[in-house]
This record gives sequence, structure tokens and C-alpha cells, in this order.
Amino acid sequence: MSTTTSSTTTSGTPRPAGSPARGPGRRRRPAATAVAPWLLVTPFLLVFLISFVLPILMAVGQSFTRVERRGLFGEEGVTSTFAWFENYRLALEDGSFLASIGRMLLFGVVQVPVMIALATVLALLLESAAARWPGFFRAAYFMPYGIPGVLATILWSFLYVPGLSPIVDVVHSVTGVEVDFLGSGTVLWSIANIVTWTYTGYNMLIIIAQLKAIPAELYEAARVDGAGPARIATAIQLPLIRPALMLTTVFSIIGTLQLFAEPQLLAQVAPAIDSQYTPNLSAYTTAFAYNDYTVAAAQAVLIALVAFVLSFSFLRLTNRRS
Amino acid sequence: MSTAADAVQDDRRDSAPDVDPAAGRPDGPASPGAGAAALRRRGRTILVTGVLVVVALYFLAPVYWIVVAASKTTDDLFGTHGFLFAGNFALFDNIAQVLAHDSGIFLRWLANSVLYAGVGSLIATYLAAAAGYALSTYVFRGRNLIFGLVLGGVLVPGTATALPLFLLFSQLGLVNTYWSVLIPSLVSPFGLFLCRIYADATVDRSLVEAARLDGVGEIRIFHVLGLRLMVPALVTVFLFQLVSIWNNYFLPLVMLTDDQLFPITLGLNTWRSQTDRLPEFYELTTGGVLLSVIPLALAMIVLQRFWRGGLTEGAVK
Repeated sequence: MSTTTSSTTTSGTPRPAGSPARGPGRRRRPAATAVAPWLLVTPFLLVFLISFVLPILMAVGQSFTRVERRGLFGEEGVTSTFAWFENYRLALEDGSFLASIGRMLLFGVVQVPVMIALATVLALLLESAAARWPGFFRAAYFMPYGIPGVLATILWSFLYVPGLSPIVDVVHSVTGVEVDFLGSGTVLWSIANIVTWTYTGYNMLIIIAQLKAIPAELYEAARVDGAGPARIATAIQLPLIRPALMLTTVFSIIGTLQLFAEPQLLAQVAPAIDSQYTPNLSAYTTAFAYNDYTVAAAQAVLIALVAFVLSFSFLRLTNRRS
Repeated sequence: MSTAADAVQDDRRDSAPDVDPAAGRPDGPASPGAGAAALRRRGRTILVTGVLVVVALYFLAPVYWIVVAASKTTDDLFGTHGFLFAGNFALFDNIAQVLAHDSGIFLRWLANSVLYAGVGSLIATYLAAAAGYALSTYVFRGRNLIFGLVLGGVLVPGTATALPLFLLFSQLGLVNTYWSVLIPSLVSPFGLFLCRIYADATVDRSLVEAARLDGVGEIRIFHVLGLRLMVPALVTVFLFQLVSIWNNYFLPLVMLTDDQLFPITLGLNTWRSQTDRLPEFYELTTGGVLLSVIPLALAMIVLQRFWRGGLTEGAVK
């Protein structure tokens, strides 16, 4: 769109961001530079406050509250009292909720490495000289990212349901085995397949972006030293795309804990998926089926905490290793 | 198919330095060695391209399937092989049915999705650009606090805020309105993060200073100078936000009950959930999925180079 305008200006030397705007100037400037940043930041902060900070504070507040309704439908008044960790106790005593977190950990331990590895291999292959038509393949792999999870799940659910699925037919006619994509042992991996299908190309594109940033001289030097493609991949490319790999892994961990649309939609055709199959589904059910907002708030806080802890410990672990 | 061809050409030009395995290898005798190397290179090309083709089949097969399925009647959908077209080509009947059903509610859902995603991502990009530019250009009290706070926001799962947001909006009387989906879509913490990093690298302080000396106001400097310099990052932020709003399901599901306000994701799911009882909804669902998948799939293919562009310069720096 406007790569021309940017290329002329990016040549300017970047300055350290911290240096204050000072110099020979008029009297009005100190006032103007004091007000301007707030004028620019305030609209963003306002929306951020409404849609991030307030809801989080509210969720934390709710999670420590006990709501009592007097009368059959609360018609005689509602009182809220401080409940300490009562809601957290209820949430953690709920075996199904804990099981859903365990299920997502299992899911993440398998699906995230598989997806990131696949994305890395595809990125390396597409960036190697041996690949033909890399532009076409890159576009084909990235395309599913534009398909909403809901639609991707509708698509794949048709490919899973026996009687409708050509895959089940093909496998049956070739091997004679009647595969069941929606059974209690397999449906988690059928969900993993949908997630992998949707996000592999997206992660691949982030990795490719960083591969393209590797200076040409490094390849040149490696080639002079007689390094083959495998050696170049392990000695140069993989170490240099570490930041991209960490970024995509952290986003994938957060995404795993948020899993909702795929299991919720598949539940209709897969009886193995109950209303508390994933942590998010569990919180949704608690809030809207049981109308128990305070326990649901505790669950939402717990989900966010687990996401935080996992992301940070992953970053810690990988940083220490280097 | 011209886009794919363009992409291939484009790629040959801007692709990373060739990692050609055979080029630098000290081979023995000149002519037979070169022949063997060329042979090895061709073998490697065939092998790698073969792998890429198989993977492409995996990513494209479901889309091919929906094209086939959308062109079948419900009877054929169950009676004929899923990957083969049936004798009875019903694609246009099905699409007409999708557009006409319930006095054209499909188009209404599509328009809603365009509204939520289009307006939401435009405003979100502008807000992130203004805040990111301010954090990069000015030194002021609270600057690091704001940046840290927003960075934390990147890591908060979007669905974790949806439930409390519902409680908040129900107290404000905003639930089940356009605003309930639009307002949370206006903020992109990741966008601010990207804009700030990009502004650090590209907005030249001497230009800002020169504009000041010319008597240009601070806000005007942002609009005339800052916004223009940040365009590549803004395109990336806009696309990220567009896709994440377009694909969002949890937030509208929590907020909306009136199907006139539904985005396409929610709408098509209500159709699909009726296929159990009413088989004619199979035709509506497959046709509707096809109609809503094609434009975005095409957009992804055309726009993928912009994602790459903004990301190299910003996110993973």
C-alpha cells in the first residue's frame, strides 16, 4: 500500500526512545508536550479500561463474593457478602473443572509442539532453494487462518460424522476399519486436528518473517565453510528464529486454555464431550446454565492464572537454557 | 489463479538468500561431479515439492469438500461419495435458498460481521497507533506503567474477560446491542505493542522537531507525520484485528440473543444446530459456509504478503 512512503523514511537513524523533546523553543512547548501524550493515549486507555481492566477487577471482586437471595426468586432482596476463598474452593472441588484443565494440559503438551514443529519444518522447506512454487504453498497453508474456528469446526464435523464423512468411507474401503473420530478416546485429537489445521499456517508465516530477516552474509559464510542444508538449518536458522518460536508457543499455550468453539460445536455430534469438557466451556456452563456467576468468575480467574503461570514458566525455562 | 502466479514470481525476487546445498560443496572431478550435483539437486527438489504437495492437500481438502457438498441436494449429500460431485448439480439452487431463507437473514449476518470487523478494526488501529506513537515519542509520568499494563493485557485470555464483561454490560444496559460486541473490539493491546516498537524504529525525532519549529501542533504532527511513517505496522495491526473480530465467537455468543444482531459465525451455527431435526438445513449450512469461507480465504491469499511485511519490521524484532 504505502511501502514507498515508508522506505524513504525508515532510512532515518532511529534514536533512543527515551530522549525528551528539548531544544531551542517557544514558551508554549513545554505545556504542549505535556498535554499531547495524554490526548493521544486517553482514547485507547478509556476503551482498555472498559474492556480489560474493569472486567478483570469485577471478576476478581465477584470471585470473592457470596450472593444470597432471599425468597424463592430473590424477590425479598439480595445480599452480597465477602466470601473469602469460598468460590475458589467450590471451583476446585468440582472434579469436572479440574479434569478439564488436566485435559487441556494433555492437549497442549501434544498439540502445541506438533503444530510448532510442523510450522517450523514448513517454513524451512518453503525458504529453502529446493522448494518449487513457494508462494502458492505459503498461501494455501495460511488460508485456513481466515476461516473462523466455528466454520472450521462445522466443516470438519461433517468430515468426522459417519455416514457423511468421505474420510471414514475411504479408510473403511482401504483397510476395512471403521474409524470413529468422535469416540471418547479420539475426539480430543479430532479437536487438536481442527486447531492444527487452522493455526499452523499462521505460525509458519511468523517464522518465515523471522527467517527472512537473517542476513545473507551468514548463509554465505556457512556455505563457504561447506555446510549443507541440514547443518545450516540447525546451526543458523533454528537458533535465529528462537524469538518467533517462543512468541508462537506462548500464544498457542494461551489459545489452548481458551478452547471453546470447537468442543462446544462438536458436542452436538460427539456425546463424549460434556458441558465441562474444557475450562472455558465449564465457566460458560456455570455462568449461563447454572446462573452461578460468582463461581464462574472464580473459574475465569483460575483460567487466566493458569495461562499466566504456564506462559511465564515457559519463557523462564527457555531463557535459562540459552 | 493470477494471484498465486504473482506470488510465485514475487517470491523468486524477494526470497531469502538461496540456501543451495550443492553450490558451495567442493566436488571432485569437474564435469561428472557437476552432473551428479545437478541430479542430486533435482532429486531434492522433487522430494521437497512432493512433501509440500501432500501437506497442501491436507489444508485444501476440507475447502474442496465444502465446494462439493454445497453443490449437492441433501439426498445426494448422504447418498454419494463426499469427494465426488453428484450427477445433480444443485449449487445455485442451494445458494439461492441460502440468500432467500428467513427473508435474507444470511445477508444481514454478513453485513453485521462486516460492520463489527470493519469498523472495529479501523478504530482499534487508529487508537493503537495514537497511543503507541505517544508512548514512543514523549517522555511522561506513567509511560512505563501504561506500557506494562497493556503488555499484561496481551497475555490475558480474551475469553476470560468475556464473562465479567457480560456482567458489566448488563449493568450498563448494553447487552444485546451492537455496542456490546463493538466496544470490546476497539482495543488491541497487541496492536499498541507493535505500534510502539515500530514507532521507536521509524519515527525520526529530528523530523518531529523540525515540524515543531515550523509551528505545527503536536496532534497534527502525529496525524501528518506519525501516521504516515507507521503505515506498514498499521496494516498489520488492522489485519490482525480484522481477523480476530471476524473469527470471534465467544464474545457475541455471550452478549447477543437477538439473531438480527448476529455475526456470521453465530448465525451459521444456529442453522447447523437445526440439521438434527430438519434435514433441509444441511443444504443451508453447507451453502452458507461456502459463501462465507470463499471471500475470507481469498482475502488471506491476497493479503498474506502484508502480514509478512509488517511482522518482519515490528513484532519479532
